[in-house]
Amino acid sequence: MGWQWFHRLGSPRWFYEKTDAWIPWLAVVSFALLAVGAIWGLAFAPADMKQGNSYRIIYIHVPAAFLSLAGYYIMAISGAIGLIWKMKLADMVMKCAAPIGAVFTFISLVTGAIWGKPTWGTWWVWDARITSMLVLLFLYLGVIALQQAYQHQDTANKASAILALVGTVNIPIIYKSVDWWYTLHQPATIKFTSESTIHPSMLYPLLTMVIGFYCFYALVLLISTRTEVLEREKKTRWVNELAAAKAAGGKV
Amino acid sequence: MMKFQFESLTELMAMSGHGPYVWACYGITLVALLYLVISPLRRRKLLFEQLKRQQRIAAHERAGQNTVENQES
Amino acid sequence: MTRGEIPMGSAGGVTDNVPSIGAGFMATLRRDLLIAVRHRGELANPLMFFLMVITMVPLGISPEAAVLSALAPGMIWVVALLATLLSLDSLFRSDFEDGALEQLLMSPQPLYFQVLAKVFVHWLITGVPLTLMAPVLGVMLSLPSAGYWPLILSLLIGTATLSLIGAIGAALTVALRKGGLLLSLIIMPLYVPVLIFGASGVRSAIEGFPYLGTMAVLGAFLALAIVLAPLAAAGALRISING
Repeated sequence: MGWQWFHRLGSPRWFYEKTDAWIPWLAVVSFALLAVGAIWGLAFAPADMKQGNSYRIIYIHVPAAFLSLAGYYIMAISGAIGLIWKMKLADMVMKCAAPIGAVFTFISLVTGAIWGKPTWGTWWVWDARITSMLVLLFLYLGVIALQQAYQHQDTANKASAILALVGTVNIPIIYKSVDWWYTLHQPATIKFTSESTIHPSMLYPLLTMVIGFYCFYALVLLISTRTEVLEREKKTRWVNELAAAKAAGGKV
Repeated sequence: MMKFQFESLTELMAMSGHGPYVWACYGITLVALLYLVISPLRRRKLLFEQLKRQQRIAAHERAGQNTVENQES
Repeated sequence: MTRGEIPMGSAGGVTDNVPSIGAGFMATLRRDLLIAVRHRGELANPLMFFLMVITMVPLGISPEAAVLSALAPGMIWVVALLATLLSLDSLFRSDFEDGALEQLLMSPQPLYFQVLAKVFVHWLITGVPLTLMAPVLGVMLSLPSAGYWPLILSLLIGTATLSLIGAIGAALTVALRKGGLLLSLIIMPLYVPVLIFGASGVRSAIEGFPYLGTMAVLGAFLALAIVLAPLAAAGALRISING
């Protein structure tokens, strides 16, 4: 009995109908957290001693960076589940997680670059973290490109799942290598954050934003996967009935 | 602890000179996050419209066949 | 086609007419080497690419020895990496097109060792020649004399790792008609650690620091790649062939 839910997950229709009720809740929670965190961080948290007000970018840069890394693991794990248990739904989650993760990586790169301008006086610095983030973006783009190169959807999913898994093994090595490379070439001058010394009045809004970003990620992944389910199953009767109900003005 | 850090709204916008950077970051992030929400919803809407069109065509064809059959009988 | 004459996995039957793993490995190795020797002309292509790109460096930047010697370790490493990448597309391609790959998948031999044999041959015909040619290019870019042995050693270990990791990409893209560029896109990010340790090993040797530590790290990468990469490549081949 305990495994029943797991097998049910194999049914995209069950997933679509089950998650219908979750969407509004997740939307309310994530938007509330993001709004509170952003206003708190922008207007109420004290300014940083060294960096002044520019440090307020941290409230989106750090959560986005967290999620771009976590998103890769979520993508790789669902890809692995799809490969091992041949679960269609996991394949769809993996396919949807790739562009979402790439967008979060892009956000953290762009905010990092903009932050660099007032901090270092230049838009781009080959800082260890920014460089690793760029490589992570390349890994995401590779998975997306491979996914799109295959005509056959099933093959595309399996191939990109393997690539995502290979990337997962590599990410810690890449991060360590880039860190090592950075210390070799220029000893750390200004670090973005020193987490150990961050004051609680700055930490709480950051935590709010991190949780908000996670909720938002779940929301977007859910919406995206649901759309993917519909597109994949558009020839089935239940999707057509859903479309007909939508045409009649019913809530979907 | 929860003290508004700026004297006025204009100072909040200016952020003692760092305003453009900070607000640009928040703006770009907002756009990117909105894109993430809107694009799958739009895809779903398009899919539903496409299915509706197909259903209408199918209904038309069925109706057409019915009338042909009626005339024949 | 000439390669039809070369029997696959025919050497040394042990039990039930299934050759041992070692014999299967050696058979694939011999077959691929024979094919490579018969297509000698293609062997020179990565080397010519290596030479030509390195020639572009002084033309594009500056012929001054001081500038070039600062660039030399990184430049040689980057171009060797690109040359390996370009040669990888053909790793499984011809076998895929004439159906030999399907036979490889159906053979009772573990695919892991078959892939390992093919990658080993790829390294022998691209990585090793690139390594042997690197000192010549080092002279052209006025690489300081302390850098030659580290360059050769790091390229020898590093190109083997590059071939192994690249085999995964070659296996993933073999069924695609235009896989070449995609192969580079998906594999290049995975090459970052090898490039970092390879190039900086040479650099630290030039600056008079010990470099054996970085070589040890490269060796560790190689060991990890030998264990994992053929597994991933074998899985990818099954997907590419069977869908």
